[in-house]
Amino acid sequence: MVLLSILSIPFIAAIILLFVKPNEKANYIAIASTGITLALALNIAFNGAANFDASWIPSINARFVLTADGLSKILLLLTGISFPAIFIATSKNEIKNRAQFLSLMLFTQTGLLGVFLAGDALLFYFFWELALIPVYFLCSIWGGEKRVAVTFKFFIYTFLGSLFMLIGIILVYTHTADQSFAIQAFKQATLSSGQQLTAFALFFTAFAIKMPIFPLHTWQPDAYEQSPTAVTMVLSAVMVKMGLYGVMRWLMPLFPDAFSAHSNFVVTLSVIGILYASFIAIRQDDMKRLIAYSSIAHIGLMSAALFTNTQIGVQGVLIQLFSHGINVLGLWVIADIIEQQTGARSLKEMGGLAKQNPTLAILLVGFAFANIALPLTNAFVGEFLMFNSLFQFNPWIAAAAGISVVLAAIYTLNMVQKCAYGEVSEKMNKMQSPNVPAQFVLIVLLVVVIISGVYPAPLFNLTSDTLQQLFIK
Amino acid sequence: MKTIIGLIVLWPLAGFLLNGLGRNIWSKKTIATQATGYVFASFIFSLLAFWNVQDQGAIVVHYFDFINTNTVKIPFDFRVDALSSLFLLVITGVGTLIHLYSTAYMHEETAPHYARYFAYLNLFIFSMLLLVLGDNYVIMFIGWEGVGLCSYLLIGYWFTNTTYNNAAKKAFIMNRIGDLGFLLAIFWLIVRLGTVSYGEVLTAESLAKLSSTDITAITLLLFVGAMGKSAQIPLYTWLPDAMAGPTPVSALIHAATMVTAGIYMITRTNIFYTHSEIAQTVVAIIGISTALLAATIAIKQNDIKKVLAYSTVSQLGYMFLGLGVGAYSGAVFHVITHAFFKALLFLAAGSVIHAMHHEQDIRKMGGLKSKLPITHITFLIGCIAIAGVPPFSGFFSKDEILAAAYAKNPIYWFLGLIGAAMTAFYMFRLYATTFLGQFRGTEAQASHLHESPVSMTIPLIILAVLSAFGGAMGVPEILGGHHWLGQHLSSIIGAEHALHLSHTTEWILMGSSVTIALLALLIAISKYSKQADGEPQTALGKFLYNKWLVDELYEKAIVQPLNRFAGFLKEVIEKNVIDGFVNGTGKIVQYGARQTRLIQSGQVGYYILFMVLSIVLLFLIWFNDLAITRFFHNLIQ
Repeated sequence: MVLLSILSIPFIAAIILLFVKPNEKANYIAIASTGITLALALNIAFNGAANFDASWIPSINARFVLTADGLSKILLLLTGISFPAIFIATSKNEIKNRAQFLSLMLFTQTGLLGVFLAGDALLFYFFWELALIPVYFLCSIWGGEKRVAVTFKFFIYTFLGSLFMLIGIILVYTHTADQSFAIQAFKQATLSSGQQLTAFALFFTAFAIKMPIFPLHTWQPDAYEQSPTAVTMVLSAVMVKMGLYGVMRWLMPLFPDAFSAHSNFVVTLSVIGILYASFIAIRQDDMKRLIAYSSIAHIGLMSAALFTNTQIGVQGVLIQLFSHGINVLGLWVIADIIEQQTGARSLKEMGGLAKQNPTLAILLVGFAFANIALPLTNAFVGEFLMFNSLFQFNPWIAAAAGISVVLAAIYTLNMVQKCAYGEVSEKMNKMQSPNVPAQFVLIVLLVVVIISGVYPAPLFNLTSDTLQQLFIK
Repeated sequence: MKTIIGLIVLWPLAGFLLNGLGRNIWSKKTIATQATGYVFASFIFSLLAFWNVQDQGAIVVHYFDFINTNTVKIPFDFRVDALSSLFLLVITGVGTLIHLYSTAYMHEETAPHYARYFAYLNLFIFSMLLLVLGDNYVIMFIGWEGVGLCSYLLIGYWFTNTTYNNAAKKAFIMNRIGDLGFLLAIFWLIVRLGTVSYGEVLTAESLAKLSSTDITAITLLLFVGAMGKSAQIPLYTWLPDAMAGPTPVSALIHAATMVTAGIYMITRTNIFYTHSEIAQTVVAIIGISTALLAATIAIKQNDIKKVLAYSTVSQLGYMFLGLGVGAYSGAVFHVITHAFFKALLFLAAGSVIHAMHHEQDIRKMGGLKSKLPITHITFLIGCIAIAGVPPFSGFFSKDEILAAAYAKNPIYWFLGLIGAAMTAFYMFRLYATTFLGQFRGTEAQASHLHESPVSMTIPLIILAVLSAFGGAMGVPEILGGHHWLGQHLSSIIGAEHALHLSHTTEWILMGSSVTIALLALLIAISKYSKQADGEPQTALGKFLYNKWLVDELYEKAIVQPLNRFAGFLKEVIEKNVIDGFVNGTGKIVQYGARQTRLIQSGQVGYYILFMVLSIVLLFLIWFNDLAITRFFHNLIQ
């Protein structure tokens, strides 16, 4: 039941918010609901939860099955932490029709939680779309100047992917023994190698666009730049994880032969993507686009590690799913505070943050070093394991991907220098008194960064069952 | 013992947290006491650990599992043995003195910045202790990158200065290049041996499991890491720039401790290096080349800290020469004596800079001998020690390296000798220009010249005593000693190359190096005691003054091309090729749609189109007994 309640809380709150007028009250309702969701997520993560199974569409034997293993739990935790953090951090931002905005955000949260919990392929698809559609409205109504074109590209791109996935789902469905969408039935479906290949390709396209894997990534920097920041945070902290989640939940167990047959191809593509995005990040002057390309590089490493098909790589990804979300969220919150208070987004216009707001500068340095996976920050653990898996896969590929470790230091420290150091720039001079709620969020996130970086054992324990399912057959 | 060893590390961490979080609360006095006190506490506990090792041998303590997966296990363990306990004493001992010195040196800073400075310094000690205490390569790597972070933060301590920030960034990035080598070595170990713990890696059994290619690759990759951290060719150019940081930082991090981490790493792994002739040769050649290159540059520099920086690079080169010829304990010996005299020289230089109101150009100094008596005499002791004049400490450690170099290959020794002559020359050029002759500064500076306060001179005096007599820990047999240090380290160093030198040869080697050093220093004194170096006139002089133009070469050959490549990717590939293709596809679809007039135009239309399509799809499956799937089925079959 707890699995059903974690889904219903944001859903009910979203519906309530549709009927609420005053904007302040809306904030409280939204934050309260995400607080409860977080508490439930923590409860599920550390106490476990029984599967929920109910009839859904009997005519085609689609069931409403919710189930939570380590992989789900770690993403529930990430979703659980991200939403209240985002709501609190952006609570001082001016947002028109805040209640409606928050309502759509909560629908997205419902969709995301559903994606991570669904134990039925059609239900998975249903939530996959549920998470996406509110984002379309959020971007096209509240987004930046170029929002319409950018949102359209983003939407078409990911929708195209979803369509492929739907076809893939149907394909596998027809080959299940008892005509069912249950994940167990999918795993036992009898597919010829040609069918497996087709289904693999269909699923993979959807996930590859969502992650995104090079060269399917061009929707992402534009979308991150043009979306309202709160949405960008959801997109980059949580939503990109849907693709990686899909790979682990569906692609790996369902099509093992096709998966290993394509590992060379996808690993190579991902590593090209890592270096490609890192090089572009070096030349970005827009802080938001820099973070976006940095994130593409990091996700590239995760997809490369997944496709090495090694235990150590998947373990690294399981940890990094969480860590990357926390770190990128921190960077977005900082970029948002600066933009809200000074209007500056170009690094050229920044400088002197350390003088104007030392606390924020310290936090920026903290997240910057987490972004480059300094040991004893959370990202080191995951990246260490992932690079290790690449090395097992092919030492030369690991060495090539390793160059990104240096490139990341270049673009991240460039960003820190231009933003925080030097004399106070004209725009930075507008920096007002600290944004207390946002800085509070940042401090909490930084504590998470350090604790999970120094003592990652709980994250290992949380995800060990997923690793067993995937590798010990 | 577990608690004591844990506390060695936790004291400076506590100092970091207290001063870092309370930077707006504490007074400067509290800040200074806390910071210095915690490092001193660490020193006391290090002494306890050291004595324990003397009595009972090495111990390994387990705290928790850092990484624990089915395939790899990396415990968070500390190892206190002969090697790490020595480094503990140097780090916390010299560290305490430099903290004490800093309390006065940084007095102009406001309290929050003062706290920030000491927080960084404490964090550095913490990281450095992790580096040497870790019982496996991953913990070493944690400390390794941690000290890199602190180095970055402290070089860029005065953060409004763009040049300083660039220097900080350069240091971190160049170190990261080395770190990548280190990481790959760790992965290589994990893939081949499944472990990174010293107790399991550094054994005869694991050597037997590894092919000679494995051993050479691992040792060379580790050495790439060492090149970065210990500033060896080609990754040395960050260290001279690192002088942008406050002078005590240069003394502690960029002379006495952090930059010797590479020597620690290779000494730790010595049984691997002994098994790879290739790696040893590479280490020795890079070492001696760096020693000579940096020494030639030091001869022509006029910034007091720059001379010392290049001198540090050069001395580190000597240490690597020692490692390359198998004189591991000699290299560690030189690490220790160098920590004493180079920390001393930097701190004394800091005292000069302090007295000269931030002037660092030695051409504008001169005649400081009488004005700064304690600084002068301690600086002089440092110069004699580094020049290799007996019985000062540098003589013993350098001589040990040179003797081993001779045993391996006389060419190494000969080149080392030339380097030793240059060392004596540039150090006494520095000494004479700064302290002898007439004062060449401004009137204002002259009237303010004063000896530094006690908290600065006490560290100078202690370090001077250590620089003078520190050699006693490694007096060789030929001079009637027992070489305590060599015996102390015998448990760590598997098979030190036995030196097959006759006593006559040893005497000749020793005699020639002392003679040549004395000769060089006398020439330097006579040349520079009256006047400073003018602008370089000859082509060679300009070339050396411009540091062999290596920075310019890197800029032109590496930085700019990479930058252009990144720009090409961003402007051409991303914008025109990839996104161009995507948008092109979109346009084709749009065009096709408009032509066929399937549905109304407008962007939301497409969204609806796809919605409808997918709903139709669903319904088809629902009601039409899976017509679509049969279609796909047929397609695939």
